[in-house]
Amino acid sequence: MKLSKNFVKDYVDIDVDLKTLAEDMTRVGNEYDSAEKLINATNLVIGKVIECKEHLDSDHLHVCKVDVGNEVLNIVCGAPNVRENLKVIVALVGAELPGNVKIKKGEIRGQESNGMICSIAELGLESKFLKEEDKAGICELGEDAIVGEDPIKYLGLDDEVIDFELTANRGDLLSILGMAYEIGAIYNKQVKEIDLSYKENGKDINDEFNIDIQTDNCSLFLAKKVENLEIKESPTFIKNRLIASGIRPINNVVDISNYVMLETGQPLHFYDADRLGNKLIVRMAHNNEKLTTLDNIERELDENDIVIADAEKPIGLAGVMGGLTTEVENDTKNIIIESAKFDSVKVRKTSKKILRSEASNRFEKGIDPNRTYMAIKRACNLLEKYAKGTVKTGIVAYDKTDKNPKNIEIEFKNINDVLGTSISNEEIIDVFKRLGFKTQEKEKSVVVEVPTRRLDISIKEDLIEEVSRIYGVDNIQGKLPKVEMKRGSYNKVERDIRNRMIALGLNETLTYVLINEAESHKYTKDDFEELRLLDPLTEERNTLRYSLIPSLMKTYEYNKARNIQDISIFELGKGFYKKGEEYGENLKLCCLMTGEYNIGIHNRKKVDFYIIKGIVEEVLNYLGYENRYSFIKPKSMPEEFHTGQTAEISVNNDIVGIIGKLHPEVVKDDVYIFEINIDKLLTKKVGKMKYKEISKFPSIKKDLSVIVDKDVTCEQIQKVMKNSGGSLLVNIEAFDLYQDKIIGQNKKSITYSLEFRDDKRTLVDEEVNEKMNNIIQDVEKKLNAEIRK
Amino acid sequence: MKEKIEQMCNQAKEKIAEVKKSNELQELKIKYLGKKGEITSILRGMSELKPEERPAIGSLVNKVRDKLEELIKEKENEFKQKEIQEKLEKEKIDITLPSTKIKRGSKHPINRIIEEIEDLFVSMGYDVVAGPELETDEFCFERLNLPKGHPARDMQDSFYITNEYLLRTQTSAVQARTMLAKKGIEPIRMLCTGKTYRREDDATHSHQFNQVEGLVIDKKENNVSLADLKGTLEVFVRKLIGDNLDLRFRPSYFPFTEPSYEVDVTCFKCGGKGCALCKKTGWIEVLGAGIVHPNVLKINGYNPEEYGGFAFGTGIDRLAMFKYAIPDMRYLYANDVRFLNQFDRRDID
Repeated sequence: MKLSKNFVKDYVDIDVDLKTLAEDMTRVGNEYDSAEKLINATNLVIGKVIECKEHLDSDHLHVCKVDVGNEVLNIVCGAPNVRENLKVIVALVGAELPGNVKIKKGEIRGQESNGMICSIAELGLESKFLKEEDKAGICELGEDAIVGEDPIKYLGLDDEVIDFELTANRGDLLSILGMAYEIGAIYNKQVKEIDLSYKENGKDINDEFNIDIQTDNCSLFLAKKVENLEIKESPTFIKNRLIASGIRPINNVVDISNYVMLETGQPLHFYDADRLGNKLIVRMAHNNEKLTTLDNIERELDENDIVIADAEKPIGLAGVMGGLTTEVENDTKNIIIESAKFDSVKVRKTSKKILRSEASNRFEKGIDPNRTYMAIKRACNLLEKYAKGTVKTGIVAYDKTDKNPKNIEIEFKNINDVLGTSISNEEIIDVFKRLGFKTQEKEKSVVVEVPTRRLDISIKEDLIEEVSRIYGVDNIQGKLPKVEMKRGSYNKVERDIRNRMIALGLNETLTYVLINEAESHKYTKDDFEELRLLDPLTEERNTLRYSLIPSLMKTYEYNKARNIQDISIFELGKGFYKKGEEYGENLKLCCLMTGEYNIGIHNRKKVDFYIIKGIVEEVLNYLGYENRYSFIKPKSMPEEFHTGQTAEISVNNDIVGIIGKLHPEVVKDDVYIFEINIDKLLTKKVGKMKYKEISKFPSIKKDLSVIVDKDVTCEQIQKVMKNSGGSLLVNIEAFDLYQDKIIGQNKKSITYSLEFRDDKRTLVDEEVNEKMNNIIQDVEKKLNAEIRK
Repeated sequence: MKEKIEQMCNQAKEKIAEVKKSNELQELKIKYLGKKGEITSILRGMSELKPEERPAIGSLVNKVRDKLEELIKEKENEFKQKEIQEKLEKEKIDITLPSTKIKRGSKHPINRIIEEIEDLFVSMGYDVVAGPELETDEFCFERLNLPKGHPARDMQDSFYITNEYLLRTQTSAVQARTMLAKKGIEPIRMLCTGKTYRREDDATHSHQFNQVEGLVIDKKENNVSLADLKGTLEVFVRKLIGDNLDLRFRPSYFPFTEPSYEVDVTCFKCGGKGCALCKKTGWIEVLGAGIVHPNVLKINGYNPEEYGGFAFGTGIDRLAMFKYAIPDMRYLYANDVRFLNQFDRRDID
């Protein structure tokens, strides 16, 4: 809402400058975007061209002598309409005009030029407000302009404008009157009366005209007739105020409808009475019904649009825009004024679909029914005054609204309790008085009569807000709540996982949850329905991720494209799914590694399966799952994974994640990934951390190298060892892997360190040797193994 | 006899002095002091002496033995020292060569801020609560006094999956869940942080961003007031952004609070003088806050006549950008490893 300071001063006195006004309005909740002069130009003066000769070196320039009051200036001017005796706007040397134009002393083709004769366009008015003649040449001032004085003032453009960004609940501030009440409350000033006087003439309108309201979406509809109008240009003050408010002046009649809307916040519509029948119908549109609106565009309507219609067809889109057929034109003589209240939700839907207008903006925010009456009277007043109209007696009215003010009773204590203040009863009552609310004080409470213009106030809490606004939150001293002491809490395990991963050398990422539909079933064999957005912003991100792997792959690609080779990243975030009728999400830990892990000249190491497996084990061990997990060769695996380097991560015999190298067809680099469903993992039980007695007896360690077929797994070998070693074999550790031609292409040798111990006595060599023999026999027999000597 | 001993002693002294290697020294030690060494053999020969000569010779032999032992020990020490010196010399390295990099990961700046905010509020007795990101319309809007058709929940602004499910547009959704969990009787001090989503994407808005939300509800007699909200947010802003910042409560409108405020903070770039960041106002809008709307209490099981409280919320991304001087919001989500690597140390307190 652009507020013209000159306009609002009709209704309230303002003693402060524009910036202060804007800041003070902000403090009571009305933010602004800009606060500026309507014309932002300096050093302008009214001048009179006393001599005008053609420039000898140019076919269009003129050399003028211009009297600016205290001196006569030589100015070169290129406008076709410059001539002797014309009163003009002169920008003196040193003047600054909009668009960063600075006027300097100069010479144009050999002729001295000490200033510039200006057009209206050069003063910075938006082009939509300019007439053809404004664009074609310099501005011609009237004979009554006084040389040496301020031309902006003469033109009535000496206005200042604040562009407010209003909150959705303050529809009342979409009017000059509403603004006047707000400003009056801040500075404790009385709001002046609006002039609604006019003379009624002739027979009652109800004798010749009627309305038929066929929908509940119109709760109030008023119509009056004004005759014998004289259509012409509006008076300067009306034009300038419309311009300051951002509305293009058209003619006096159309301008008055906009002027009244600005003043009262009630949009009006004027119909050419002679092109309208004797009846207006308000109804819902039929599906596929057509209407050509004022802007000459044919609109297709549906049953959710409210229309104004004659007997056959719609002639206006209620609350949004009028129709072309009954438009006020230059030859219009008689008009019907419509002032009505339409359902805000319906208007919002229609305007969103078709067009947002000044009118729809106001209907959406709600209309005070008393203003509906005020506006139609004000329009009659102005039409009589500025368009020579004669107002016909009577009003056609349909009214289902409640126009009584609301009474809300609130205890003084309640206000102070909620605000945490000790504001006196007098101060509280003063706030309501400033706002123009009537009050009735009781012993402990006050009954506040809230005028209907304040549609946003309906409960006690709204009144508390008013007190805090006008009293000023700056005047409230902050403190901390007095509450029972207690310990706060947070999700520690999530942080522990994050910190563990970071300690292991991984960079934490934060990626987008939205991915492309085509990626949503990748990297997983799980059964779920993908979650697609109804209305995505881009097709690239139209689906919620199930797995974090696509997100981390994007991050990998982004870095790879920037020539970054060593990437070790992880993310702890949500994956989403639909399964049957259930919508859900899981916290997942995903990690991607490629390139080198330890970087430096001493121990460079390419990431391999065993490094990322080490990360998984480290996290699982840290969370307490040591000895409760295993890595299992998947029965079927997602096709994006390497068939020979992928495993399922199983905890307590339940799959919680996947680990592996990506398939060479998916990515050329050696990229390793794991993903664990943390929500699922954390349902698995963990034992408490507890001290275990350290054995007082020494252990005996024996090494054993086993040559087996390549496909025999380390886990299989250890299982056999464990079985035959029994309880004395307390630890098996593989510490060397060996493969070469001598032992055979399809063989491998693993060397184990076996530790034997009895916690009740010292073992003797003989029994350990016996166990070792058992173990050797078993691995030879069961795994077809050979023992390296 | 005496001469023989002294001669042996002198010879031994010479040899010990000349010896160059540790094993030669050991040989000398055996030769003179060993079980079958010369000293022993002299002592054995004592029986052949006259009894009156014995004490004098015996004391001489003991003296010589002590002396030789001392010399050998000295020499041994010398060799040991030399050996250590050689080892040290041999193990000398270029200490300016780069270290073995113990790989250190990094925490994303957003999560750093989230943890910092959580820690602050946990210290004031708040419980950090999580809620689903895939939310229902009911919890995201309806239970927050935003009935269907309300202008503040335009379809374009949200990512809907179905008519009922959407990606939460605000962490406020967790308010309702917390209130229901506390069954309308328990007091609440909760904080929620996390991802939120809106259907907009430009230089200053990411379709995915992060918010923090606080809610305090208590019995009316405990007077959780606007002044308490102001004090709480003063602590929040001054601890998180800067000690000397001022707050400005600008009355505003949110459907879930009444009264509602937007809270501006002294522009942290220019200190309030006015700059491009604050659009020359000297203030930057940081938080939304207010007294919980009675309808919100009612809808979620708290009697507004008996209970009251405040709520506040803010975007985290901008705080992170300010704290770490990150010039572009998009850097937060690009996850360039060179960016991530910079967040690998502890924050100063």
